Amino acid sequence: MNGANGSDRARRGSLLQISSVWVAVASTVVVFAALALIIVNAPGWPKVKHAFFDPAEFRAYFGTIGHAFVLNIKIFLVAEVLILTLAMVLAVLRSLPGPVFLPIRLLAIGYTDLFRGIPTILLVLLFGFGIPTLQLSHVTRDPVYLGAAALVVIYTAYVSEVYRAGIDSVHPSQEAAARSLGLTRGQTMQTVILPQAVRRVIPPLLNDFIGLQKDTALISVLGPVEALQRANLGSASEFNYTPYVVAAFFFVLITVPQARLTDWLIARDRKRQMAGGRV
Amino acid sequence: MSTAAPALVCTDVHKSFGKLEVLKGIDLSVDEHEVICLIGASGSGKSTLLRCINLLEPINSGSIQVAGEEITASGVDVNQVRRGIGIVFQAFNLFPHMSVMGNVTLAPRKVIGLSRSQAEAEALELLDRFGLADKRNEYPDRLSGGQQQRVAIVRALATHPQLMLLDEVTSALDPELVAEVLNVIRELAEGGMTMLIATHEMGFARDIARRVCFLDEGVLLEQGPPEQIFSSPREERTQQFLQRIIEAGRM
Repeated sequence: MNGANGSDRARRGSLLQISSVWVAVASTVVVFAALALIIVNAPGWPKVKHAFFDPAEFRAYFGTIGHAFVLNIKIFLVAEVLILTLAMVLAVLRSLPGPVFLPIRLLAIGYTDLFRGIPTILLVLLFGFGIPTLQLSHVTRDPVYLGAAALVVIYTAYVSEVYRAGIDSVHPSQEAAARSLGLTRGQTMQTVILPQAVRRVIPPLLNDFIGLQKDTALISVLGPVEALQRANLGSASEFNYTPYVVAAFFFVLITVPQARLTDWLIARDRKRQMAGGRV
Repeated sequence: MSTAAPALVCTDVHKSFGKLEVLKGIDLSVDEHEVICLIGASGSGKSTLLRCINLLEPINSGSIQVAGEEITASGVDVNQVRRGIGIVFQAFNLFPHMSVMGNVTLAPRKVIGLSRSQAEAEALELLDRFGLADKRNEYPDRLSGGQQQRVAIVRALATHPQLMLLDEVTSALDPELVAEVLNVIRELAEGGMTMLIATHEMGFARDIARRVCFLDEGVLLEQGPPEQIFSSPREERTQQFLQRIIEAGRM
């Protein structure tokens, strides 16, 4: 009796599951179909379609913009490594305790306040056009390097705040436990505080990196032919905006796998540390 | 008849947090291989005293000597001092991002400078002694409270301390997990470990301590052998405290 009831319930449960999947599919299809219909039936749609979503233009510019996008990738890869390192240094400096380190803390605070406040494009312009005008010897005038330097300076300020939030989120008892074992302050930071802090801030770190990747396009104002600049040139010669959509496509293309990778990393970490699962 | 200095001597130790004076001149001497239990209400200063001895809290005045060396003098290498004093906390404070092995080998590798293989061999021996060898690759959050606290004790033992400070190590445990941790402490006592134990487990204190010290509002009000403190306490405050414990069914 009981067994029959149980399997009945199980069958009803799986039926419920199947029907909820169908509800999800149906509602998704209806919503997106409605949106598509509204857009496609809008009076200006043929013009928009021609200006932004021209398949021939898309194909024509896919290769050249993809090629130019390699420069964006190079810039943010190098910048990301520098930012991760410098921001960590800045965050650690800012969390130094005691009155002796007050000047260092003040400098670190001043840095973050200043460079988080400046609009990125202004600093890119200032670096790209200002530094060459100084006519310093031994300082590069390459706009790619100068623009990238501006991004590093700005994003270091953002990322150091993310790190600092992570450091502050580790309970003081962890520091007490490490110091009680005889570890120095530096060893405690390195082996106990930072590993926990960084794990906790991986999602907001990724957020900043996606921001950085998109902001590599700002370097186009200095002239280098990266993806956006390439799209600019294409759009100007064709009187068509489709090249911009191609550039956007590449930016989206690289951020999606990163988001999935981060989700996976976090899930794996959680599974390993928490009860109720074995890896 | 021993000429060796006591394992621990606290002389007129004062400690304040802001305006609140938590320790009001503590004098306490602990001989080598002696097990002392600190009892007293919450907020009486037991934990603070232990944290001061481990130099996790700076004292305001007085002095603390460990094995004849004054550790509260200026210019003392605090990391060197802490190496010789193990402390175990009420909330375990294990490192959640490290396996049991990682937790236990951290100090031997970073502080003593052992190689990974040496540190792991020693750690395995210790873990085995306390029935934790099969948990060496687990992460703390996947262990029971009792197991976590036993790992914390092993972690503190890994630097070969001469003095162990235990700060209410069973207070955060479910009742059925208390015994396994107390058994570990009992084994340490039998092995001759010098220990200063802050505890609410009066039965355990009576059982294991050579001396019981009653702290009341930052003052070491009364101390003596457990039989005397528990059966015929001299001070009125001690009597009241023990009366409350008995009423609460904790003894």
